[in-house]
Amino acid sequence: MSAILELFLEFTLLSFVAFGGATALLPEMHRVVVDNHHWLDDATFTHLYAIAQAAPGPNVLVVTLIGWQVAGLAGALAATLAMCLPMSIAIYLLIDHWESFSGRRWQRAVQIGVAPLAVGLIFSGATLIGQSAGLGWVAWGLVAATVLANLRTKLHPLWFIGLGAIAGLLGLV
Amino acid sequence: MGFSAVGLSGFGGVLPFARRMLVEERRWMSPEEFNAQLGLCQFLPGPNVVNLAVIVGKRYQGLAGAIVAPVGLLAGPVAVVLLLALLYDAYGSLPLVQSMLRGIAAVGAGLLFAMAWRMGMAIKDKLAFLPFTVMVVAAIAWLRWPMLWVMLSGLALSGGLAFWRLGRR
Repeated sequence: MSAILELFLEFTLLSFVAFGGATALLPEMHRVVVDNHHWLDDATFTHLYAIAQAAPGPNVLVVTLIGWQVAGLAGALAATLAMCLPMSIAIYLLIDHWESFSGRRWQRAVQIGVAPLAVGLIFSGATLIGQSAGLGWVAWGLVAATVLANLRTKLHPLWFIGLGAIAGLLGLV
Repeated sequence: MGFSAVGLSGFGGVLPFARRMLVEERRWMSPEEFNAQLGLCQFLPGPNVVNLAVIVGKRYQGLAGAIVAPVGLLAGPVAVVLLLALLYDAYGSLPLVQSMLRGIAAVGAGLLFAMAWRMGMAIKDKLAFLPFTVMVVAAIAWLRWPMLWVMLSGLALSGGLAFWRLGRR
């Protein structure tokens, strides 16, 4: 099977389990792309995540970067489409039915039940990015400082990203 | 067909920008409508903003809107990201670039932790539901189990608990 087709299939599957958005998918993307297919190594995966963070646009675009690294322009487009298209079609077809269910007990149960799981996924993604980047103690200090500063202040995330870039350039992490 | 323009102004930052544009600038939705639609998109699988674009697009322009809105939303950012990918191919192996990206990744991990924390604190009945968060972290980050099975069984347990509690009230 060609890499592009494989990419398309893998990311289509991923799109259907992306509860909590693309960010929650990071651990599973890492498992598929790095551990199962060996398309990328740990360091490259982390770099792509960092680039997607620094770039404008929705988080889902980390997928575009992964596709690019695996199979060039066609790979980038295939991965992006696979991630966005199937679920978009499903939503287009189902949204009217879904809205007629709103307020039902099972629907509210799903809505309540999925939230703590999504939190767990994002937490796992953060851990995994830290591990894959091979961060040392100083760098984990930077991670902790970012968490605190982000929770305590209303600074735009881009400030943190800029500071992170500088800390990296200075060889602190 | 003002939709592609709307999509493009969402470029530069995601949900907060989409909200400002839809609710405050164009007044296509009330804040309540926006929250309801977003809540739906957030717990359906798939990229939230893209899902939102599809729903809003469909509501105002039918099929054409549902196609144009997400395409408009993604086209600009995809072009930027591809440009960055080219730069990464050219300069990514330089040690200076590598350490810069490591710095960004560290901060990015911090932003993710903060986001998870905020979302966790927003959950009602934390005592009852946060154990499921711990289970997911153990299964995914530590044991590296496949996400599909973790999510399905997790949703059965945590959704089941929610269902039972909703029935008791």
